[in-house]
Amino acid sequence: MPVAVHESAHTVKRAAVAAALVSLALLGTATLTSCTRADAAESRGSIPVRTPSDPIEGQEVAVLTDAPNVPPPITRTHATKVIVNLDIIEKTVQIADSVEYNVWTFGGSVPGKFIRVREGDLVEIHLKNAAGNTMPHNIDLHAVTGPGGGAKVSMVLPGSESIFRFTAMNPGLFIYHCATSPVPMHMANGMYGMILVQPKDGLPKVDREYYVMQSEYYTTGKFGEHGLQTLDMEKGIEERPTYVVFNGAVGAIAGAKALQAKVGERVRLFVGDAGPNLTSSFHVIGEIFDNVYGEGGTVATQHNVQTTLIPAGGSTIVEFGVEQPGDLMIVDHSIFRAFNQGALGMIHVTGPDNARIYAGVKGLGVKGE
Amino acid sequence: MIAALLSLALLAKVPAGMVPIPAGAYHPLFAMRNAPTRVAAFAVDRAPVTRGEFLIFVRANPAWRRSAIKPSLAGASYLSDWPSDLDAGNRTSRDQPVRNVSWFAARAYCAARGKRLPTTDEWEYVAAADEKRRDATSDPAFIQRLIAMYTNHRGGFRNVYGVDDLHADGWEWTADFNSAMSAMSAGDSMARGDGAHGGHHDLGCAGAAFGAADPSNYPAFLRSTVRAGLTRQSATSHLGFRCAM
Repeated sequence: MPVAVHESAHTVKRAAVAAALVSLALLGTATLTSCTRADAAESRGSIPVRTPSDPIEGQEVAVLTDAPNVPPPITRTHATKVIVNLDIIEKTVQIADSVEYNVWTFGGSVPGKFIRVREGDLVEIHLKNAAGNTMPHNIDLHAVTGPGGGAKVSMVLPGSESIFRFTAMNPGLFIYHCATSPVPMHMANGMYGMILVQPKDGLPKVDREYYVMQSEYYTTGKFGEHGLQTLDMEKGIEERPTYVVFNGAVGAIAGAKALQAKVGERVRLFVGDAGPNLTSSFHVIGEIFDNVYGEGGTVATQHNVQTTLIPAGGSTIVEFGVEQPGDLMIVDHSIFRAFNQGALGMIHVTGPDNARIYAGVKGLGVKGE
Repeated sequence: MIAALLSLALLAKVPAGMVPIPAGAYHPLFAMRNAPTRVAAFAVDRAPVTRGEFLIFVRANPAWRRSAIKPSLAGASYLSDWPSDLDAGNRTSRDQPVRNVSWFAARAYCAARGKRLPTTDEWEYVAAADEKRRDATSDPAFIQRLIAMYTNHRGGFRNVYGVDDLHADGWEWTADFNSAMSAMSAGDSMARGDGAHGGHHDLGCAGAAFGAADPSNYPAFLRSTVRAGLTRQSATSHLGFRCAM
């Protein structure tokens, strides 16, 4: 068996070399000489083996935000040491009207704090497990290169703190989550969030950035059943969630808590899917994504997209210009989830109406006919 | 059934406050389902040690008072929920299970009473029982009930042996809490952050399910992870103990 694996790896390697040679020939030498070595390697789609080399200048404490807010863009042009203070708090919250759940959180709410660093930064995670908590916890950030993504070196008992460092070598939008056994329970109870490793060149300027994270709750009671709920093991194993929500609770970004935008603005959503089980068919009703950075990577992989897939334990970045006033509904277009399980959010858009873009002409929905 | 009653009868002569546990077998989390671990007959405290009981111990043993405790024997949070050295709170508080006690302190307490801490095998063997069955762990309803107790901090019950509150709001020390992980303390190496604890089961990852006899026994995973993270000095707000002999 190991021999076969070896051989196929070899084949892949040979194919990659061949492909690289072909693309070299096609690109010509002019392109190559105009780039640094690493840039050239990346632009050809080959596989860089990274070594952190940017000098680390100074130190700062990361600004952390609760969903749906995102820390401001990083404007510095050098790498620095970034201290991230994450407090693990176990508490009772409402996940729907009169429905309570004892969640475990990174920073006091579900989803956890949004972390923003810059590609090349030396990130130091200070993970504090509050003294009154019952469980040991840790953190696996998908932005980490190394076994366990931090989990191996961050286990912390109630009343203690763990500290570890990593260099944010790969830019992109990454999930983080608790990876303490039993992992599905720690995740189903709310232990997830996102970290943006901002590319060195930054992201295109927009007017608004928001943090939206989809996830599921598996409760012993039915959807909407009042009172304190508990993780239902059987529903979890069978992947039959009771709730599918954006930002930790039914209605967390709807109604009075809707995301806000104005006609003429450009909006960027950092969207994660914590799972624990479901893939999201992420859609905004009445809007078309002008850019989708597929799976949270750094390249706008598509334009003019209606619905984009987000894997469990993955993310996406979507950008769009806002052209019409009104309420844009955010849904998982696996539509029973939106209608019956809570996967419903809202962007409230204000500003002048443009009848050229959208107007009712005749019918039940048209006023003043 | 008759044999079981007979063995209980034979064991019935145990000190007050203790419950005789007949010999038997249980399925450890990380063992083959068809290879149960034998547990010899022993006796265990019916209830967790209370604050009031521990107060009597520290009165008699000044070295174990909060202000006198050596850092090598207990962390800074040792008895931190007590108003002072010899004040374990009001009557209601004194009836609560003692918390924020290190393994060293728990062991010393049991030794002072001619007892010892139960082994992990003994503890898990007794804890597999519900009110009616000695091993209820293959019943999803039992697992679900324990999950609710662990996360919502409610309940507690007297099991079929007559032992109270093994799963009520908190964890309990065992004599060999981390021996399954490594020859040295897994917790020590985790605390150092070198990730080199070299245990058989990496409880910090999803891979922890590998080799587990029953991957849906989440309560057993939770207890196992708690034990793996502890050092002998650990003193946390949801960790107490009971003695065995």
